Amino acid sequence: MSSPSSYLPIVIQTGVAIGFVALALGLSHLLGPKRKTTQKEETFECGIETQGNARFPVSIKYFLTAILFVLFDVEVIFFYPYAVNFKEMGVEGFVAVVSFVALFLAGFIYVWKKGAFEWEK
Amino acid sequence: MVDAPEGIEGQGFFATSLDKVIGMARANSLWPLPFATSCCGIEFMATMGSNYDLARFGSERLSFSPRQADLLMVMGTIAKKMGPVLKQVYDQMAEPKWVIAVGACASSGGIFDTYSVLQGIDRIIPVDVYVPGCPPRPEQIIEGVMKIQDLARKESLRRRNSDEYKKMLESYNIETQ
Repeated sequence: MSSPSSYLPIVIQTGVAIGFVALALGLSHLLGPKRKTTQKEETFECGIETQGNARFPVSIKYFLTAILFVLFDVEVIFFYPYAVNFKEMGVEGFVAVVSFVALFLAGFIYVWKKGAFEWEK
Repeated sequence: MVDAPEGIEGQGFFATSLDKVIGMARANSLWPLPFATSCCGIEFMATMGSNYDLARFGSERLSFSPRQADLLMVMGTIAKKMGPVLKQVYDQMAEPKWVIAVGACASSGGIFDTYSVLQGIDRIIPVDVYVPGCPPRPEQIIEGVMKIQDLARKESLRRRNSDEYKKMLESYNIETQ
């Protein structure tokens, strides 16, 4: 019943699907009207003249603030369902949540010691 | 449902010209770029809403990047400082492209006959359809879009390569090569 050859229709269908997409995209790219001028190829900055290069170093503080926010935001989100089920989950749930928080706390102390919270520096 | 273009029909085949098929496809899949600067833009929001529903004409996909837009809808007063911005947006739109000037301000400067306001966007970019009104009702904007559909449907595939068209672009300082 399920010899490898019975999967052939699926292979053919996949081939047709990929082929159709490639053909349609490729043909429209080749046949579509286009006008390549320097005015048109310029970087689009909502019509304002571009200033400098897009690839320049950004202060790491932005990244740190964003990633730390995401981390602790997720932690707080987990507290909501826990708060609702606080009584039913009992001691076992408490231990689970404390171990979860402890993990984050270790990270928190680590980034604190590393000086990630010294915004002004 | 869009009706098939006129052609020769027989048992198991249908023949028509490529112009008509492409025109039909273009007319029913215009992607507008709304350049809304004032009250006409509010009317456009109503036009896109469920009551008037521009999506019926295949134009529900608004593009805020000119690279994916066919139809520039300029709605509102264009100050002279905004002129170069509008021009770049037009320059960078996909080919072929159409422009609607919605409302008195975009068409002619409207009541703002002052030093700071562009007296009609056709001073910097070519315009296909003008929709009068201050501001025009959504029905009028839809009428304008339908006129553009008409233009797109009937446009010859060679039109934008013609010398006449290139001369027109050059008169607006738009590069053709």
